Parts: sequence; structure tokens; C-alpha cells
Amino acid sequence: MFNERCSLIDVGAIMTTAVAPSKTLAALQETKPEKVTIVLLSGELDRAMAAFIIATGAAAMGMRVTIFFTFWGLNAIRRTGAGSSARDWLRRMFGLLNKGGAERLPLSRFHFGGLGTSMIHTVMKQNRMPGVPELLRTAQDLGVQLIACTTTMGLMGISKETLIDGVDQLAGVSTYLAEARQGNVNLFI
Amino acid sequence: MPKADVTLDTLGLFCPIPIINTSKKIRELTVGEVLEVLSSDEGIKKDMPAWCETTGHEFVGVEDDTINYQPAYRAFVRKRKS
Repeated sequence: MFNERCSLIDVGAIMTTAVAPSKTLAALQETKPEKVTIVLLSGELDRAMAAFIIATGAAAMGMRVTIFFTFWGLNAIRRTGAGSSARDWLRRMFGLLNKGGAERLPLSRFHFGGLGTSMIHTVMKQNRMPGVPELLRTAQDLGVQLIACTTTMGLMGISKETLIDGVDQLAGVSTYLAEARQGNVNLFI
Repeated sequence: MPKADVTLDTLGLFCPIPIINTSKKIRELTVGEVLEVLSSDEGIKKDMPAWCETTGHEFVGVEDDTINYQPAYRAFVRKRKS
């Protein structure tokens, strides 16, 4: 299939691919779009922002983007203030202590019991910089696929009812790998 | 620089918003028309050519300017595909 539309040409020492002129760029992108997969393991404001800025930027460049949320990263797609509906009390406690919500993520450094993070929020607001909730909405608008990892959801007492609307899939490692192996850019944040 | 058919104001907005808004705005143009993007983010000078290269639109150029006493940039993109 690859050979049908591309041929290898030798330019000096560098091998490069040339697209057959019969195929337009649009058609090529249709058949083999560039793909970005991001694993968001961290639940901090700064790391989540980096993930969403890359995701939205890539989507704006016409790339297909998937973000996998696992462990603390799940907090970015949990409803604010939602508790846990896990059956055993240990996981229920864990789900309650580990507060979720895109607007509540702490800074990875200088959180200072919330003081540092609220200062950053103020600076961001003054500079009209989008925060994690806005970036998340933008990502959804641009068609970024959001996938929540079921294993860590179970482990951390996070039920699917407590996730925000618009999470595309609940899946595991095979789904991630199936996407990532076609990806041109794979990031772990 | 060519005369812009449509101007998009992203002054005061940070990466990646100018690029996201550009990708939305370009849909409203017809092929061959020129979009002018106003930005106060210096990164636009590199980001706009990179966006054009990836999406297949033509990067016409970028001009340094001063808008409301602040350094600003005018990036010009010609729509190349619908």
C-alpha cells in the first residue's frame, strides 16, 4: 500500500520519499494523517497545560490527536467536586482525598498550599492566558480524542460517572499501543 | 505584502491560541484569498510558517509592527486548499 503512492528517491546521501503526483496532499492526509498520542500521567497544572497546548496546537495543524489519561492525569477530566462511587471504603477514601477537576490542579512546584497556584491563576487571568479548563474545551472543539485508562480508574476509585462529558473512550494499554504505533509524535507527560 | 482579504486579531493571546484561531478562520476564506493574523506573540514568526508547511497553505510573510505602543506582528497566509 505504501508503494502505491510513495516511491523512494535518492538525493545525495539522504533517502527521502516522494509523493506520487496523482495523489493530492489532501488525499494523502486522508489516508495517512499525521498522528500525535500523548500519555498524561501527571495531575499538575503546568504539566497538564503543556499536554493540552501541544494537543491543541497539533490539532490546529491538522494532525489527529489522542490523549490518554492515566493515574493523576485523570484528575484533569474528572468533574470538579465529584466524589467516588467505589464499593470498598479504601478506594472510596482515596477517590475523595484525591480531588479532581481541571480548574483545581496544583502546580508541580511552588504550590505552597494553594497560594502559589492561585497566584499563577491570577497572572494567567491578567494576561488572558487560557487555563486547563479552557484548553480542555478547545481540545474537545478541535476533535482531540480523550481516552481514560480503565485500570487506573479502578485502582484510584474513579468511576466513569465522575468523569466529564465527552470522554471518547474508556480503554486500556492495547488501545493506547494501537494508536501510538501509528503515531508520528508520542509523548509521555 | 499583499492586501489581506480577512484580518484576524489575536493580539494579547498566547500560544497556541493564535494558531488555533488561524486554523478556524482559514475555513471562512476561499482558495487564493489572504488571511492576515495580528499577534503580539513573537513566536508567531516561526509558528506560522511551520503551520503553513504542515497544513499546505502558503506562508506569504510576516511584518514587524507596533500596535497600541506594543510590538506586534502581522503574518500573511494565502489559502491554498479548501
